[in-house]
Amino acid sequence: MNAKITAAALAGSFAAALAVTATPALAQDKANMEKCYGVSLAGKNDCAAGPGTTCAGTSKVDYQGNAWKYVAKGTCVSMKTPKGTGSLSVIKS
Amino acid sequence: MFAPLQNDFAAALLDAHKAVPDALTAHNANPPVKRFAVYRNNVIVGLVNALRTRFPATEKIVGADFFFAMARLFVAAHPPRSKILSAYGEDFPDFIATFEPAAELPYLPDVARLEAARTRAYHAADAEPLSPQDFGALDPAQIGNLRVTLHPSLQIVRSRHPVVTIWAMNAGDMALGPVDENRAEDALVSRPGFDVLVRQLPPGGAAFLLALARGEALASAAGAALDEASDFDLAANLAGLIGSGATTSFTLSDQKDPVS
Repeated sequence: MNAKITAAALAGSFAAALAVTATPALAQDKANMEKCYGVSLAGKNDCAAGPGTTCAGTSKVDYQGNAWKYVAKGTCVSMKTPKGTGSLSVIKS
Repeated sequence: MFAPLQNDFAAALLDAHKAVPDALTAHNANPPVKRFAVYRNNVIVGLVNALRTRFPATEKIVGADFFFAMARLFVAAHPPRSKILSAYGEDFPDFIATFEPAAELPYLPDVARLEAARTRAYHAADAEPLSPQDFGALDPAQIGNLRVTLHPSLQIVRSRHPVVTIWAMNAGDMALGPVDENRAEDALVSRPGFDVLVRQLPPGGAAFLLALARGEALASAAGAALDEASDFDLAANLAGLIGSGATTSFTLSDQKDPVS
């Protein structure tokens, strides 16, 4: 038994936790599960190399020699951080 | 005789600078350079698409072009070791951490770790979670000796960055907005039913769950959590533990068989 927490404090926390969780939220979860039963999440169970791959592959035959500029241009530019927008810009102090 | 050809073939597939293996022939071209290029692209694009499927928030953060270029390099350096395509990319987050152009986004590897954990949770074994009612008969005086078996889908991702917030923003669960990129967040990923859930753990929550996962009793786990976070809220964490389907069985140390 850890000296920091008394048995009484543990018992009190346990009682409080039971009170908070007394509402049958889990039963609701189970109802939600039924809807999903047998349905695989899109793309998760399928072979990702399946549909469309041939097209994607053949259309990109010349793609391989391309040089890339590695500049991230996704949502990181709109998530503002204290260092600046997406911290993409060089920080000048 | 055949194995060397297979090795040449596999090596040339992932490296566009390598020549088409000598032994390859086709009725209309020798060597069949174009045909091999098409096949090579199909392999790479297929694997890149597998990564796009597994790491959609990561792709959204950096954009499609950046992601494709980064994923392509990963595919060439880390071809699949397993036949299970959904398991591909386990080491992609570590690769991102070493990928210099992504260094400006220090939270990116952890966002990818969270996405990888979601797939692992999705494919983890099914197990019936305990409900709060299952805990109701326990003697509160003995609760410090409680040991639990955590649900097999449970994954904890710890980060020095706001990984849950950034993931949620890019998974469409939250609007994009200002983020303090140095605020630490721990994620709990679980799949008590059929849907993968991602939650942000409260202070000390990760230490608490990791101690329970090691088989420590509740009193000891709560102590470990308090050691890490002085504002650890035991009642709230216990409510989270028993109310979220995170456990599949428990035992008090004076009982020999787990109750489930």
